[in-house]
Amino acid sequence: MSAKKLFYTIPYAVWLALFVIVPLILLVFQALTNQSGHFTFDNFAAYLSSGTYLRMTINSVLYAFLITAITLLISYPTAYFLTQLKHHSFWILIIILPTWINLLLKAYAFIGLLSKDGTVNSFIQLLGAAPQQLLFTNASFILVSSYIEIPFMILPIYNALTEIDPNLIQASRDLGANSWTTLKKVIFPLSLSGVKTGIQAVFIPSLSLFMITRLIGGNRVITLGTAIEEHFLSTQNWHMGSTIGVVLVLAMFITMYLTRDNKKKGGRR
Amino acid sequence: MKVFKPQNIFLAVVFVILYLPIIYLIVYSFNKGEYMTGWGGFSFKHYGELFSDNRMIEIVIDTMIVAFLSSLIATIIGTIGAFWVYQSKNKPANSLLYLNSVLMVSPDVIIGASFLILFTAVGISLGFTSVLLSHIAFSIPIVVLMVLPKLKEMPRTLVEASADLGATNYQTLSNVIIPYIQPGIAAGFFMALTYSLDDFAVTFFVTGNGFSTIAVEIYSRARQGISLEINALSTMMFIVSLILVAVYYFISNNNSKKTRGAR
Repeated sequence: MSAKKLFYTIPYAVWLALFVIVPLILLVFQALTNQSGHFTFDNFAAYLSSGTYLRMTINSVLYAFLITAITLLISYPTAYFLTQLKHHSFWILIIILPTWINLLLKAYAFIGLLSKDGTVNSFIQLLGAAPQQLLFTNASFILVSSYIEIPFMILPIYNALTEIDPNLIQASRDLGANSWTTLKKVIFPLSLSGVKTGIQAVFIPSLSLFMITRLIGGNRVITLGTAIEEHFLSTQNWHMGSTIGVVLVLAMFITMYLTRDNKKKGGRR
Repeated sequence: MKVFKPQNIFLAVVFVILYLPIIYLIVYSFNKGEYMTGWGGFSFKHYGELFSDNRMIEIVIDTMIVAFLSSLIATIIGTIGAFWVYQSKNKPANSLLYLNSVLMVSPDVIIGASFLILFTAVGISLGFTSVLLSHIAFSIPIVVLMVLPKLKEMPRTLVEASADLGATNYQTLSNVIIPYIQPGIAAGFFMALTYSLDDFAVTFFVTGNGFSTIAVEIYSRARQGISLEINALSTMMFIVSLILVAVYYFISNNNSKKTRGAR
């Protein structure tokens, strides 16, 4: 029995140790040492005392917040209307199909659409206006990120909506609520867990998508992800890069904590 | 008449927005001109460029090799992992699942950066090996999550009956358990395949200079500007994605039909 158990354990346990636990420890270790390998809090001190780093962090959070808000605003009605369609399980498939297409290709399509002599600008010129700088702006970064994230927001909301017991909606109608009241008081609260999952699925990647900032935002937009990539691959300052990495992991935990599922609390009542 | 309800118009707009950039890419891959504006006429010339671009073909083959090998190995390790989680019935199982999902929720840059530190510390040179190891690593958790429900839903009596009838542990495993959970394994393999083909950020961190995958190559070419050869490539990749989705839904549909039939 114990030999059998050992067989189950080894390859997976090695993976857990080598690729889950050790890399995270190494990241924290890098953040807490300096170039000569001595233990120090200097990296965090440098991070916290630098206006550039702090401004970058706040900007990154703000961008992620905006992207999440826009995505939610489009996705909730989409998911809600989808559930009312006859063949909604087919249509949701059509919605998530674009997520199977490589993200780089979608970003690349927007380079073609938004560039100086791109399709959108030719259209603007057709209307008689001067061509605009569309690519490499903050707005283009938000637009493309929202575009990429929308399916990841729609799917969890859709799943939560389809899990609602139709009897509850029926009961609400029978008790005289109109469809708006039903939506506000019954459907929306019950779909909140899906909304929270969606926020997690969009907010955290939005903090770290460095390829979109590079390709679409030019070098104007710098997110936590961009800063990490730059420190690791351009300036080769791994210690500072790891420090920002630790900040990103913290941001991830805070997001997950704020959007955790409160279902257990409700059950206690 | 009913089709023109405002909510359907809203949905139609969302569908159009989601597909417009993709269709735009595909349409311009057939453009005779060199840019994604103006239509110079229909032509396959960019496909010709793509198929005579040896570097690109080499990268496509490398990407396929990495995807196939990493999903295969990840499926084996992930299935073993699922057995482990399944066997440890009490509290450790939950913390195991928690650890399992760390790589699924971590941002790509964190995975990429920490793997880069790891490979450098251990002394693995950046290139094919480091990319392959990374892809195996981030594909394992999804395989576990795909196989585990199948193990949980397998009736205990099935395994007991096999043992009662005199089968050895190995026979029970290969003739009873594996065939039962096989749809979960197949689904895990396909998810691992798409994870690998879809990854950019982690690969970008651990790839070094010599080795490249399709996503990394597209990134470096896109930074230099538009080349309709990339449009041709994206059309091909779109078709591959469609096939993968079709296969995946065929597998999962078959699964649910089989379970329904068994009941």
